[in-house]
Amino acid sequence: MANGSGRPLSPHLQVYKLPRTALLSITHRITGVGLAVGTLLLTWWLVAAATSPAAYERAQHFIGSFFGLLLMFGWSLALYYHLCNGIRHLVWDAGKAFELSEADRGNQIVIGAAAVLTVLTWIIGLAVW
Amino acid sequence: MASNSKTLRSPLQIARGLGSAKHGTEHWWHQRVTAIALVPLTIWFVFGVIRHLGADHAAFVAWLESPFSALMMVLTAVVTFHHAQAGLQVVIEDYVHNEMAKILSILAVKALCFVLGAACVIAVLKISFGA
Repeated sequence: MANGSGRPLSPHLQVYKLPRTALLSITHRITGVGLAVGTLLLTWWLVAAATSPAAYERAQHFIGSFFGLLLMFGWSLALYYHLCNGIRHLVWDAGKAFELSEADRGNQIVIGAAAVLTVLTWIIGLAVW
Repeated sequence: MASNSKTLRSPLQIARGLGSAKHGTEHWWHQRVTAIALVPLTIWFVFGVIRHLGADHAAFVAWLESPFSALMMVLTAVVTFHHAQAGLQVVIEDYVHNEMAKILSILAVKALCFVLGAACVIAVLKISFGA
């Protein structure tokens, strides 16, 4: 070993690759913060609807614009990710699925479910719209 | 507590169960309870949003005038903001190490969440009562 002690070096930050579980964990936090910011849009939408038809039209116009739809897409993906991974956290809280193989499978389920639900939502959403 | 116990904690500490941080598991538990509540609320909310994506003002108002929709929207807003401020508090506690900055930013986030939550509730009630 490079430190001469015969003991393994702790993770070397410049070459350390985040394990998939760690990547999903920090993504849970990032999407959570993003969703909290997204509540501003929710508040605007509701308050505008309560204020006047004109104010509501402005909010709807923004949501329907390219930038608005981009935000809504990111928001839906973040929401589904946070929802799916949140359920996984509840499974962990129940003391289940802590084995490495189960964690790997959980990664795939969370990513797959979030992607499928997002695509499905947008297919239905654009068809209804 | 038996006199030969190996624990350094007093019987009172154990009975209170608040641990070294003095807050116990209340915050953690609140996050879990709101998370569970948000599973059905989120599903309802997403469906509601999809159904009213291109809705005009009259259709939107008609949606929230229904008592059930108003109830669900109020619950969604309240539980969402409760969950958000609890989560954001943990994020701030993890990354902001200056005590004053930490407390001030937590207070600011909580205040903002309360204001936004109240605004959402008032908006829904106003629409629901047809004011």
